[in-house]
Amino acid sequence: MEKIKGRVWKFGDNIDTDVIIPARYLNTTDPEELGKHCMEDADPEFSNKVKRGDVLVAGKNFGCGSSREHAPIAIKASGIACVVAESFARIFYRNAFNTGLLILEAPECAREAETGDELEIFPEEGRIINLTKNKTYYFKPIPEFMKKILEDGGLIPHIMKTFQASCNI
Amino acid sequence: MKSRKGMTLAEKILARKLGVKYLTAGELVEVPVDLTLANDITAPLAIKVFESTCINRIFDPEKIALVMDHFTPNKDIKSAEQVRICREFAKKYGIKHYYEGGACGIEHALLPELGLVLPGDVVIGADSHTCTYGALGAFATGVGSTDLAAAWLTGRTWFKVPETIKFVYYGKLKPWVTGKDLILYTIGDIGVDGALYKAMEFTGEVISKLNMSERMTMANMAIEAGAKVGLMIADEITLSYLKGRAQRDSVILYPDEDANYIEVKEYDVSKIDLMVSLPHLPSNTKAVKDLGEKIYIHQVVIGSCTNGRYEDLKIAAKILKGRKVNPNVRCIIIPATPWTYKQALKNGLLEIFIEAGAIISPPTCGPCLGGHMGILAKGERAVATTNRNFVGRMGHPESEVYLAGPAVAAASAVLGYIGTPEELGLKEPN
Repeated sequence: MEKIKGRVWKFGDNIDTDVIIPARYLNTTDPEELGKHCMEDADPEFSNKVKRGDVLVAGKNFGCGSSREHAPIAIKASGIACVVAESFARIFYRNAFNTGLLILEAPECAREAETGDELEIFPEEGRIINLTKNKTYYFKPIPEFMKKILEDGGLIPHIMKTFQASCNI
Repeated sequence: MKSRKGMTLAEKILARKLGVKYLTAGELVEVPVDLTLANDITAPLAIKVFESTCINRIFDPEKIALVMDHFTPNKDIKSAEQVRICREFAKKYGIKHYYEGGACGIEHALLPELGLVLPGDVVIGADSHTCTYGALGAFATGVGSTDLAAAWLTGRTWFKVPETIKFVYYGKLKPWVTGKDLILYTIGDIGVDGALYKAMEFTGEVISKLNMSERMTMANMAIEAGAKVGLMIADEITLSYLKGRAQRDSVILYPDEDANYIEVKEYDVSKIDLMVSLPHLPSNTKAVKDLGEKIYIHQVVIGSCTNGRYEDLKIAAKILKGRKVNPNVRCIIIPATPWTYKQALKNGLLEIFIEAGAIISPPTCGPCLGGHMGILAKGERAVATTNRNFVGRMGHPESEVYLAGPAVAAASAVLGYIGTPEELGLKEPN
């Protein structure tokens, strides 16, 4: 996994999937369309301001609420490279890995980072540097099982290994 | 040798599915699933993922349910397209349990009613309120569309066996108080991440007397405390509910007496009043009688997978009978399933609602998630028997949703502000 370097967009605790992608936009599965409305009800300008490679930072229980996989898809499509939070809701956690959105549980970093800070993230090493605050944080390594899914390129390619079918996915 | 602790209900169900004698929280397991479900929002995404694999074989078409309940009857062209994708997929793969049109109801009310979910089952659904089936003693949880598509391919899914918090409810319920008030009170106590990743096991003398409708209301909202599952032990009430419905054999499992709970919470229900969750979190609870200032409302919604069952409508009817919905309020009543609708029609409930000036909607999730059939304008307030009051959940980001049970919702519709049946002179339900 490659190093990530980007600006922080900071949100609070319990950011729910209705805020990440409001249900009124769930009549499509098109990532680009979903990305345009990402975080809209918390910050209507979010998708215009965010740059490819930026980092979304939030508090506790990020992604709580619905099981809509449109939430990690919208975040990824908006250009966000990684979500750092104090903790994640469980369905969102699975969905993020399954759809290839990198998410990291780093409570101290999540609490201290502010919008506009620049972060450098080393996923393999479990290390984040807040370049603006000149502080280094360490996070829990990604569980072995989840890492395997990521390494295989998501859940479906992971499962496809057990099938004999040969198709391009 | 140190003796090991007994198993919780969650551990028991998963162990049985795996065919092992013992299982403990924290283990990663891959289990066969008895049922997988998706709706008109999540199924198209799962279909897209499934078809990307070019394996055109589903593990067992009998074990898939597709319920077109969220944006139906279709609210716009895009949502109609989504249903078309599902309909064609169901046809192509011979999926028997495909529901739309007059056969369709809200998924978590419909599937138990049809006897598709049974005690001891492992169920995954691409809908977070799949945990509703915990009320029947099934290990049922919400997943995303990719997890679901993966299960369509393999017939299995993976879980980390959750730790369990046991909740014990005892004492005598106050008049009008139902399972909804108990679960709102519980979420208010432990918070929206109070059971994150964990199993909630609901037990005690109060639970064993609740009807299936109220049990499902409670299990339904386990996700609102972050839980993986909200379980109840199946009993005589469960079996009598399943009689004539169950499509397969089932097994009743019990937690061990010395089960390894990470925490036990006890609640004396005689101290629990009619509750409401204030915007914008389900955990933001208060007893209605402690609200202080009158909170005036514009809309009431009685329905959803949480509280749209026949028993819920019966409570609403007791309050609305011979009364009028306040002229400042739109009261929308949504029977959750065709069966519920028919019962309400046969027993005169619909007439009571129409006489009161309520609107009756066809079965749909509709306004609960801000889909259609009752969207709020800027600054509007609703009391809803639904499950979430997040920002913008029912419409404009500056609208507000107050969660409550059917008694508070119906009383508020008449009063024009959030109140209780007592304020209408109704001391007891009977």
